[in-house]
Amino acid sequence: MCLAIPVQVKEVLSDNMAKVTLDGVSKIISTALVEEVKPGDYVLLHVGHALAKIDPEGAERTLAVIREAALGEAA
Amino acid sequence: MRYIDEYRDGRLAKDIARQIATLADPARCYHFMEFCGGHTHAISRYGLEDLLPQNMQMIHGPGCPVCVLPIGRIDAAIALAMRPEITICTYGDLMRVPGSNGSSLLKARTAGADIRMVYSTLDALRIAEAEPDREVVFFAIGFETTTPPTALALRIAIAKELRNFSIFCNHVLTPAAIQNILESPDVRKLGTVKIDGFIGPAHVSTVIGTEPYEFFAEEFQKPVVVAGFEPLDVIQAILMLVRQVNDGRHEVENQYIRAVTTFGNEKAQTEIANFFELCESFEWRGLGEVPYGAVRLRPQYAEYDAEKRFSMVTPAVKDNPACECGAILRGVKKPADCKLFGTVCTPDTPMGSCMVSYEGACAAHWTYGRFREHAKASERGRAVA
Repeated sequence: MCLAIPVQVKEVLSDNMAKVTLDGVSKIISTALVEEVKPGDYVLLHVGHALAKIDPEGAERTLAVIREAALGEAA
Repeated sequence: MRYIDEYRDGRLAKDIARQIATLADPARCYHFMEFCGGHTHAISRYGLEDLLPQNMQMIHGPGCPVCVLPIGRIDAAIALAMRPEITICTYGDLMRVPGSNGSSLLKARTAGADIRMVYSTLDALRIAEAEPDREVVFFAIGFETTTPPTALALRIAIAKELRNFSIFCNHVLTPAAIQNILESPDVRKLGTVKIDGFIGPAHVSTVIGTEPYEFFAEEFQKPVVVAGFEPLDVIQAILMLVRQVNDGRHEVENQYIRAVTTFGNEKAQTEIANFFELCESFEWRGLGEVPYGAVRLRPQYAEYDAEKRFSMVTPAVKDNPACECGAILRGVKKPADCKLFGTVCTPDTPMGSCMVSYEGACAAHWTYGRFREHAKASERGRAVA
């Protein structure tokens, strides 16, 4: 119910709306709840609204931490 | 799919599971509760429990807003939907939730009520705009993730002077419920299992941040790791919890740094605060009355509050007495311990809250868990033979 999925902004429209895609599927969503978005940004989409922007650097850092953890404490 | 596929790498998950097994102290047991139904679903779907050491147990919490909605609220919505001037709009998750006597919104629609499934609050607004002769009621449900879109719909309705739009508010709050699991009077009655730490839902925290858990972690001395919903997110969160428990720490940590900050989405919080206020108490199916467990519309927006506008009455309806949802939601019992599980209670004919939504503990066990248990039992059988 409260799940959100990462989608990419393709086009910023008027009235705080944007066109986004996920795996080739396009949708018009509201971006009224987040700070300004631009084409190329990824946002978390929940019931037709962007809830947060995804920070690419944070995403990379998470993967780096996961890879490091997989190697173990000794690594 | 970017930001999805890379967090589903099974090989990495197994490597992390090995680290968890290495770190886990064989002399103790670890009990972690994932509060959110989304995590329960991910754990069952990807079989994460099978990767964990024997002395580590995941307890499936009550964090599914559909599951915890009391039967009386569904009955109230169905009664309203039967009025000829009313159109009810709601998310698909609610359509099959059973009310009293085998009723549901879906069955009410078949019987002629005007009930429409919408994807977004904005769809409900469009219906209200296009059909000014209908009284359009949005049956709102969800945690802090889903509340801002409802608030935004209200803002737009007021701006557009849509007089035929109102909200039946069932928005519930996460931190209050987590607290309730540890300290409600029911804990004494039902008993409780030891919980060593919590996995908090990341999508809720995109809105509220990690800060609301600080008090809780300190007060109850329990670690909280706010985590995402992909399998690597969940298993990393478990590793973070194990480290905290081993170190004797009880901090709030953020695994989902790609979208969650300490203070969350202030724009969304402002929208919530503008239109909603805390309810002193709200009934959660399976948990009972949860103090400050929900929000309601502020009194100045009474004309948009469907409960006031249509004098809605919420009857008190008891769950089936044989239903063990209350104990399951607190981790005292498991789905298979309930004698209704898989007999009269299945996802097609759910009796209790945990079977209602696919994110509930019983529904997840029905869909995925029981097959693994069966496979394990056959393996043991072969080993004995």
